[in-house]
Amino acid sequence: MIDLDSCDPKLSHDVHRSSRTDLAACLQCKSCGNGCPFVGAMDFTPNQIIRLVQLGMAPQALESATIWICVGCNTCAVNCPMAIDIPAVMDALRHLALESGVTIAEPDILRFHREVLHSVKRYGRTHKLEIMMRYKLRTLDLFSDLGMGLNMLKKRKLDLTPSKINDIHHLDPVFKG
Amino acid sequence: MEFSYFPGCSLKAPGHENNLSLIAFSKAVHVDLIELPDWNCCGSSSAHAIDPTVAALLPQRNLSLAPKGRPLLVACPSCLLRLRQAHLALVRDKEEQAAYEKRWQTPFDPNLEIIHLFELFSRIDLSRYLKNGENRLNGIRFAPYYGCMLARPPDLRFEANYHGLMEKVLARLGAVPLSWGYGARCCGTFLSAAKPDLATSVVNGIVAGAMDVEAECLVTACAMCHLNLELRCTLQKKIPILHFSELLSLAQGTMDPKRWFPKHLVDPRPLLKQRGLL
Repeated sequence: MIDLDSCDPKLSHDVHRSSRTDLAACLQCKSCGNGCPFVGAMDFTPNQIIRLVQLGMAPQALESATIWICVGCNTCAVNCPMAIDIPAVMDALRHLALESGVTIAEPDILRFHREVLHSVKRYGRTHKLEIMMRYKLRTLDLFSDLGMGLNMLKKRKLDLTPSKINDIHHLDPVFKG
Repeated sequence: MEFSYFPGCSLKAPGHENNLSLIAFSKAVHVDLIELPDWNCCGSSSAHAIDPTVAALLPQRNLSLAPKGRPLLVACPSCLLRLRQAHLALVRDKEEQAAYEKRWQTPFDPNLEIIHLFELFSRIDLSRYLKNGENRLNGIRFAPYYGCMLARPPDLRFEANYHGLMEKVLARLGAVPLSWGYGARCCGTFLSAAKPDLATSVVNGIVAGAMDVEAECLVTACAMCHLNLELRCTLQKKIPILHFSELLSLAQGTMDPKRWFPKHLVDPRPLLKQRGLL
């Protein structure tokens, strides 16, 4: 049952502002969910997420796995007959989830994103080997993919040393806001 | 013709053979690729997933490095999307433009063209170059794989669409394009690292789909898709995944098989030998 008294109308306003997407346009036709390659791993389909936002059910939307599983491949946005930018909605919800300090449903995915940005901040580019090693350390998952990683090193698909930009301080405005 | 060239992180390491073959092909068709000096990561999925400021500013720095009057050719479809969205956001917002100019100490160029390899085919008359390679690919049967690169989010929906381009060009070079159902299915991008099982189920579906229509190989125009399709496929029988640029160069006769093909995780050399291409 949906308790409308506990719903937060601010949620749809915040999502609208940050994604520049009008969720009132959604027809609940389910094209997004039906075409999504990763819907099987989601707890809510994309159209259900839109409904949660419309109803202002913030905890359910912000603590969902869906917003982290979504990779932003745009399949749903292309299928949507109302041209709703669903990946932009997912971005907005992730940012709100991080700001509001709710439980993150997929902490490993968040950790991975943080490792990528750590690498970009440090080198200006992504150093895949270091990202994967730090990620595996943090998730205490040291041995899965080990053989695969060695094979990639052998094939030079992973560089031992990072490719860096020369002027790392030129990136200061990016990370200092 | 001169282009600024943005290889992106994927082509620098895992997609090295994509980078080399793209440069070789461009040289053969008299396109000069001048690497964007000191380019940085576009932010990829991770920046827009968790930090909107970083996501907006990382591509901006690259735009600020691009010399005026020279189109920017971006090798990776994902970087292309980030750079184009950042450029479009600036074109639409005068205030942001002013902030950009102050931030990067350089005038904003609203006319900067940001293009993918595919767009070369609509800009330059490549037919005379393709003529040299006609039928060179000896009837190799391929499944054209675009991944999400042709999926344009709503703010880019009026941009050109290049669906069918790989089929058209490679057919002219003697390869046989197959019709199949997974050409625009996402490869899983970062889930390949963060949730390997999830990526594997999607990748296996794609590769099995190609084999169902009796493809001998998959052809992709994205280095990240390429890596995921090779790395996360756990099917017993696999087929090689080739970069579009590798087949172009192969048909051109500008290939360097010793440097490219050993880098593949699924060795394409037996197939290419069998087809008389090596």
